[in-house]
Amino acid sequence: MTGRVLKLAAGLALMLGATPAMAKGELHIYNWGDYTNPKLIEKFEKLYDVKVTVDDYDSNETMLAKVRAGNTGYDIVVPSDYTVKIMIADGMLAETKPNTMSNFKNMIPRFVNVYWDEGRNYTVPWQYGITTYAVNTDKYKGPADSISLLFAPPPELKGRINMLEDMNSVIHAAERFVGVPRCSADKADLKKVNDALMAAKPFWRTISYDTSTKMASGDVDVTQTWNGMGHRMRVANPAVRFVFTKEVMEAFMDNVAVLKDAKNIENAKLFQNFMMEPENAALASEFAGYDNGITGSHKFLPEEFANAPEINPPASATTEFVPPCPPAVVETYNKIWTNLLK
Amino acid sequence: MSVAGPEAEARQRRWLTLPAVAVITLFGVLPLVIVVVYSLLRSAPYGGVEWTFSTDAYVSFLYQKDIFDDTLQFHADYLLIYGRSLAFSVVTTFVCLILGFPTAYFIATRPVATRQIWLLLVTIPFWSNLLIRTLAIMLLIRDDGLVNNGLMWLGVIDTPFVMIFTDFAIVLGLFYSFLPFMVLPLFSSLEKLDFRLVEAGFDLYANRFQVLTRIILPIARPGIVAGCLLVFIPCIGAYVTPLILGGGKHLMIGSLIAEQFGSARNWPMGAAQALILMAGVLVALWFYGRNARRGVAHAR
Repeated sequence: MTGRVLKLAAGLALMLGATPAMAKGELHIYNWGDYTNPKLIEKFEKLYDVKVTVDDYDSNETMLAKVRAGNTGYDIVVPSDYTVKIMIADGMLAETKPNTMSNFKNMIPRFVNVYWDEGRNYTVPWQYGITTYAVNTDKYKGPADSISLLFAPPPELKGRINMLEDMNSVIHAAERFVGVPRCSADKADLKKVNDALMAAKPFWRTISYDTSTKMASGDVDVTQTWNGMGHRMRVANPAVRFVFTKEVMEAFMDNVAVLKDAKNIENAKLFQNFMMEPENAALASEFAGYDNGITGSHKFLPEEFANAPEINPPASATTEFVPPCPPAVVETYNKIWTNLLK
Repeated sequence: MSVAGPEAEARQRRWLTLPAVAVITLFGVLPLVIVVVYSLLRSAPYGGVEWTFSTDAYVSFLYQKDIFDDTLQFHADYLLIYGRSLAFSVVTTFVCLILGFPTAYFIATRPVATRQIWLLLVTIPFWSNLLIRTLAIMLLIRDDGLVNNGLMWLGVIDTPFVMIFTDFAIVLGLFYSFLPFMVLPLFSSLEKLDFRLVEAGFDLYANRFQVLTRIILPIARPGIVAGCLLVFIPCIGAYVTPLILGGGKHLMIGSLIAEQFGSARNWPMGAAQALILMAGVLVALWFYGRNARRGVAHAR
């Protein structure tokens, strides 16, 4: 019996250890699932005569754990802002100096000096967006303009809500709901957050990344989600509305980064420069449903998408990028999260 | 072929085990050693480990600094999660046994030719991926799924009967996934059952219940124990089924461990959790060893 288990483990180890053979003219991309426009990849392959492979992951943490284990064979990863910060701090990214590349002039100036990559020595924007929630207006007719809909829903929405299976997004949302700062280490603040989460748990039907399926199947009527996903949900079902809350909203940016141990570093740099070309950034947006950080990309977008409410927040909307919380706070978050899901 | 004495033959056999031993050491023992080492280190701030010795991971399994006043207190969060996994596994194993036994008995009592067909039917679900089968269950039992719509169409119920994203859904999924692991070992035990013994039992005025408990069950015992273990062990570490059918609101051990390597950024904790789970499984195996021996004694 033990022998059998060990043999199984041995088989798994063999599979995990296998890496694809590398040759010149290749580029291996590791990106979020359902996020990479095949047309974009084709264009890059033709332009530079490079064979591109794309694999996908479902969370920054999955990607980070894999890269940390080493020898992934990937050249490019697409981490979110706080994950870029961690990866630079831990020396996992190659300093490719996008700020010296020919297309750097196209980067929207407010995305150059960002907390995760001051002056853009490592990364270029892929897509950026907002995390709040979407409502199925066929099922819920009431008002929706505040994060409180997720934490203190009206009776008809109780048990009809999905939250992202994302410790940071959920806890930060709770912080906005109770009105305390992000990553606060203050015990009284954390207690409020914990209480709000525990009180809201019975109203949540599921906690899952799979937001669009849960909405489409009618399992839930409200889901915490990202604006690009909200856009895709509305295209599938016009009754879905992505909500910009009156509270400050969580912004995120995913960035094209090159791994330090990349075998195809020159091709990876070409790809970074390629992604700062407005037409190419538009291709990425058209597929993923989010805005990008490149000037002049909108004129290459299909009109109905360029004017979509999801990527054009009202002027009054405020957003914030949230840096990674200090380890001590993450430890407390982790306890709150385990306590919530126990 | 040289004629070798028993000693030389034994030596030869020892050499033949070498590849197996090497594979097990390289891919089984070494990774396990890494897990043990990692569980005794301190977690680095953003994932990974710091190379300082620490038993924090094990201590914090039962004791934690209180979230809000920093005193070290007993806390049952992890125990609760382990308890839930244990309870789900026990229930699943029990249901598998209750439904698997008659199935295996039925197959074992068919003529040899038809037996093969029944066995094939039992193994057919394995031809498709577990993930796909789990998603299929989800389609069946969701609020507007086949089961609810069917019952409403028949007029049995008016409003959907909520099954998906409940504990019931998790146990149903586990039961469905692991039932063949129960049926097959039971079948191989029952197949060897000599029906003359059953006849003899009836001749000696045993009733049906006595024949079942005094003759059939003792003979099937090794199969029962093996089947229970084959269901129980994968159940307790199940990851996909609870994640999809449970809706992610109630952690089981598998998700808890995955969480430690992900957003919790606590690799030593994850390693320690995995070892605690393994210790539990080993205890179960030890019981198996004991019971299997006793089973043989009974059969004699």
